[in-house]
Amino acid sequence: MNELLHLLKTDARLTNQQLADMLGKTPQEVADEIHELEKKGVICGYTAIINEDLIEKTDVEALIELKVTPKRDCGFDDIAKTIMMYDEVESVSLMSGAYDLALTVKGESLKDVAMFVSQRLSGIEGVLSTATHFVLKRYKEKGILIEGEDPDERSMVCP
Amino acid sequence: MNYENRLSYCVQKMKPSGIRKFFDLAATMEGVISLGVGEPDFSTPWAIRKEAIDVLERKKIVYTANAGLAQLREEVAKYLKKKIHVEYNPEDEIVITVGGSEAIDVAVRGLVNPGDEVLIVEPCFVCYAPIVEMAGGIPVTIATKQENHFKLTAEELKEKLTEKTKLLILPFPNNPTGAIMTREDLEKIAEVLRETEVMILSDEIYSEMTYGKKHCSITELDGMQERTILVNGFSKAFAMTGWRLGYLCAPEPVAKQLVKIHQYIIMSSPTVSQYAAITALQDCEKDVERMVKEYNIRRRYLVEAFNRIGMTCFSPEGAFYVFPSIQCTGMTSEEFCEKLLEEEKVAVVPGNAFGESGEGFVRVSYAYSLRHLMEAVSRITRFLEKHGGRHEETN
Repeated sequence: MNELLHLLKTDARLTNQQLADMLGKTPQEVADEIHELEKKGVICGYTAIINEDLIEKTDVEALIELKVTPKRDCGFDDIAKTIMMYDEVESVSLMSGAYDLALTVKGESLKDVAMFVSQRLSGIEGVLSTATHFVLKRYKEKGILIEGEDPDERSMVCP
Repeated sequence: MNYENRLSYCVQKMKPSGIRKFFDLAATMEGVISLGVGEPDFSTPWAIRKEAIDVLERKKIVYTANAGLAQLREEVAKYLKKKIHVEYNPEDEIVITVGGSEAIDVAVRGLVNPGDEVLIVEPCFVCYAPIVEMAGGIPVTIATKQENHFKLTAEELKEKLTEKTKLLILPFPNNPTGAIMTREDLEKIAEVLRETEVMILSDEIYSEMTYGKKHCSITELDGMQERTILVNGFSKAFAMTGWRLGYLCAPEPVAKQLVKIHQYIIMSSPTVSQYAAITALQDCEKDVERMVKEYNIRRRYLVEAFNRIGMTCFSPEGAFYVFPSIQCTGMTSEEFCEKLLEEEKVAVVPGNAFGESGEGFVRVSYAYSLRHLMEAVSRITRFLEKHGGRHEETN
């Protein structure tokens, strides 16, 4: 991956000046490159990684495994597109292995999510089965440790 | 008990490391962020740790051969051949040591007779002069200069060569300056040495950490391998400082003598670490690349940031330090570091801790995350605004 993308993935809030220093470029070059990446759709958006245990949180999150029958002409794309239209669905991925689609779904309560799965997802044409796993705790997301790094054990100053 | 006449005069004369006092001060303060360490912030790559765990489960942890595990010595030989195209016989030219530090000690003790002069290129790591003194040698420092990007020049070397010169200690890539010596730079040094019988201790512990240029070892040049003790190790490249493992390579007649010292003082280097180091050399090239890439981003960031705020620094091409000048503040290195610690709670190391020629500079380590470095830079910027940074620039 190019170094600019690598840096933005670790911290999207780095300023153009900081990025320029780190990459040995000018801020203008960095701005142009980011603009280009956004225009091409390489960068689709910017978001924050939040430790939800530290805020007042009512949402629950579940990983849902879906087995589906692919459609003749468009394979899995069509059904994935139908599923991702729901606001409750945060992510959709096509998987290799024992099931076909992996979703993350958010709702206000366990019941909410369960109802969404049974009433909405299960009813979609082509969906053969679902398995719902509720998320209890997040440890690491996008390379970032949710509860922070371990304290630095190195001595303060050494030769 | 009168300890003064019980203890060795040599040890009592030895100055404690200049960093110590500073460290004690920093340790008593809350909320200090440090840019003061000389070891990687990365964890040892998992493959290496896993191997150590497996070894603990599977094997008896007994002494190895004095010179180290045969397989490890073979891997070291292969590694050096690949990296610097120099051949060492793993049978009798490589000794696995307790870190690079022991290798330096053994090399100096093995070469120096009382009264011999040892040339030490400064600023440099703090251990060379005390070790030379303990061996009865006379440390003769060669001060490198910022205008030469802290490289050793042939003229500086010639000036200090005498009939008593036994050894030249060549520490590149350099701690604390980050300077490197390219093949062309080294060729000029080799040219001077070819006329003499001076030996070289080449401390190449930072050899993997070069940016933009590949590391060149003086052993690669004509006639140099036969007079060089090459020191390297696993601490920096593989983020294995606490594993205490390094090695020295020398021509057989030299290595044969040095291994005797190692045998009497150490017996054999840590066995678990030796097995783990085999994995490091066999499987962890990608990990090293990843770390070096990360260091490079931080290096560029710091160089730009310091130059912008008036702490001018040349762009170092090796190790993981930048060595900015603090002349714009009018302070000495120690004043600067103490004030910076008191006022902004940032710990950097005064340049003079690495030799007098380091006065007027501070050593800043970038073995820290970018987030950490950015916080430190914003504190240092505030400090400089108060104490005359940028002033010089506008003059």
